[in-house]
Amino acid sequence: MMEHEIMNQITGFVFPNEIHVHWTVMIVMYPYITGLVAGAFIVSSLYHLFGKESLKPIARFALVSSLVFLVFAPMPLLLHLGIPERAFNIMITPSGTSAMAGFGIVYLTYMIIVVIEVWFSLRADIVKRALESKGVKRFFYRALALFDLSLDDRTNALDHKVVKFFAALGIPVACFLHGYVGFLFGSIKANPWWSTPLMFIIFLLSAIVSGIAVLIFLFFVISWVRRVTVDRDVIKTLAGFLWGFMIIDVTLEIMEVLSVAYEQTEAWQTIEILIRDKLFVTYVVIQLLLCSLVPFLFLGVNSVLRLRAKMSNFLVFSSSVLLLIQVLAMRWNVVIGGQLMSKSFRGYTSYTPGIWEKEGLILAFVIFTVPFLLLRMVDGIVPLFPPDSALGRWTLEHRT
Amino acid sequence: MKKREEARLIHDADSIASITGRRAFLKAGAAGAAGILFTFKLQDLLGKEGAAYDPKGHWWGFMVDLTKCIGCGACVRACKAENNVPDGYFRTWVERYTFLEGGDVKVDSPDGAFNGFSSDPPYDPNLIEKSFFVPKLCNHCAKAPCVQVCPVGASYISEDGVVLVDHKHCIGCGYCIQACPYGSRFLSPEGYADKCTLCYHRITKGLDTACVQACPVGARAFGNLDDPDSSIRKMLGKSRYGVLKADLGTEPKCYYIGLDQEVR
Ligand code: SF4
Ligand code: SF4
Repeated sequence: MMEHEIMNQITGFVFPNEIHVHWTVMIVMYPYITGLVAGAFIVSSLYHLFGKESLKPIARFALVSSLVFLVFAPMPLLLHLGIPERAFNIMITPSGTSAMAGFGIVYLTYMIIVVIEVWFSLRADIVKRALESKGVKRFFYRALALFDLSLDDRTNALDHKVVKFFAALGIPVACFLHGYVGFLFGSIKANPWWSTPLMFIIFLLSAIVSGIAVLIFLFFVISWVRRVTVDRDVIKTLAGFLWGFMIIDVTLEIMEVLSVAYEQTEAWQTIEILIRDKLFVTYVVIQLLLCSLVPFLFLGVNSVLRLRAKMSNFLVFSSSVLLLIQVLAMRWNVVIGGQLMSKSFRGYTSYTPGIWEKEGLILAFVIFTVPFLLLRMVDGIVPLFPPDSALGRWTLEHRT
Repeated sequence: MKKREEARLIHDADSIASITGRRAFLKAGAAGAAGILFTFKLQDLLGKEGAAYDPKGHWWGFMVDLTKCIGCGACVRACKAENNVPDGYFRTWVERYTFLEGGDVKVDSPDGAFNGFSSDPPYDPNLIEKSFFVPKLCNHCAKAPCVQVCPVGASYISEDGVVLVDHKHCIGCGYCIQACPYGSRFLSPEGYADKCTLCYHRITKGLDTACVQACPVGARAFGNLDDPDSSIRKMLGKSRYGVLKADLGTEPKCYYIGLDQEVR
């Protein structure tokens, strides 16, 4: 935005250094993508660890999604950094007092866990493909299998055990990864719109919501594209979880604001205008009314009433889309909203993301879509859906 | 001249004013570029002897006497010139508080008061109850949240209590900007975080900060809080003062004499 345009949109008084919003749409994408990572991982663990059989058809897909999103999570951060070539300083000279310094450690730990779990969960299929194929392809799969093609009941049992172990280990780390992102904001006492101990819990729950929602969304889309009947068991289970988690999530989001409102603190006077004016559309209309209330009703109806499959599919699918938007809006309202409010508590600045610039919308969109394309690629290399599921059978029939 | 004595001479706001002719000169020149250059030269000469600086025994603090500030913006201009502060950003700036009848408080700081304030106020003069100026800068907080959050340790508190940024190490994440409750930091066009350094390159040579030197009315002062004989300690010792947003526990070391509760 041009300088004078921002100046025109400033209301009240903001400190002269606060005119520009420093954390842009990229910092909105970062917690959004890490949220998907954590959420998808938790779904996969519902099967791998807690034995939720109805989720079997999507468990491995969920796990690999988590990894793929994880790979892309630091991208928006990198693009945002003023001096990206120094990014590794965060690993080389982490400062003990900084919440952000933990990023490298948390990220790497989680990465290692997920990579190991993904590998063991895919191993049997990699080996099978290695045995079936020839030449370069065979070499490729052998390499993927780390040149050990043993496959029998014993190795299968071992694979399972390892997967289960890392699923268990991964849950607290996934929770930590995302709770931690919430903490990055929640621990900033300078900003009353961020500074709340609830922030990390809200981030965690919304992560789970977005993770479940993205899996539902993908499951539908993949089933439709491949003209396979949507597996109702998977959808029913996921819809139930989605409903439950979104209720807790949205309740906390609302309670948090209500308690500040009720306390009528000095900060509330500023936050009130922020909500009423600056964030009215993205917070009140999109985050709360359209994308929380509507899916709440949809998923509620879907859980309580016995609906025809088509109707239920419609309700669940649209809820998943709405909730994906809800969580994105929530990230926006936290990250951008918090910066619109001057720390003088006397005014508000303004922010409209650019389109083509380094931290603009096009690049944000690209970063968000690449993981989906990557997922498609991975599915071509090793089947992400088990062969005894509808989507898995499709993969078997359409292999080239 | 002993270092401390010299420091006292230079740091004491009153003695600055008494350096022959300079105050008058500055008033006349309103800290135009020539004035700044001239005074820097003078200080360079004065500061030569204090070359060996030992951070030990120093704990720098700043002081603003709000009853003196006239909002001329000489400090803002001097700071920009001294530190090459990029356009649109400020290491120091001046705010004007205007209290209107009916309890409305208006604050403005056009271009950080680089050009001072225009004499005709943007409000109906008949409605104005009182008005004053508040210079702002980094508070060099003793418990600086900006330093706490910096992931790479590029922001740090020097041994002598000045909050600094290592421009060569900063990754430009901007976390410190979010963490500073006072809006004292910004991201430079080169991508690193920047802010007031308390003219560290000058004070360690026994010179004044550019803003202190430029202020025509002696509203700004700084000095060694560890030294009971320093002028800042003496002035604080006989004044009632406050700090900004004390409730946040950042322990700012910029003390305001005559602070109003509306100032945040
Ligand atoms: S005023 Fe801001 S930048 Fe300066 S030390 Fe305090 S928190 Fe850090
Ligand atoms: S912008 Fe630089 S100084 Fe500020 S927190 Fe990030 S790395 Fe530290």
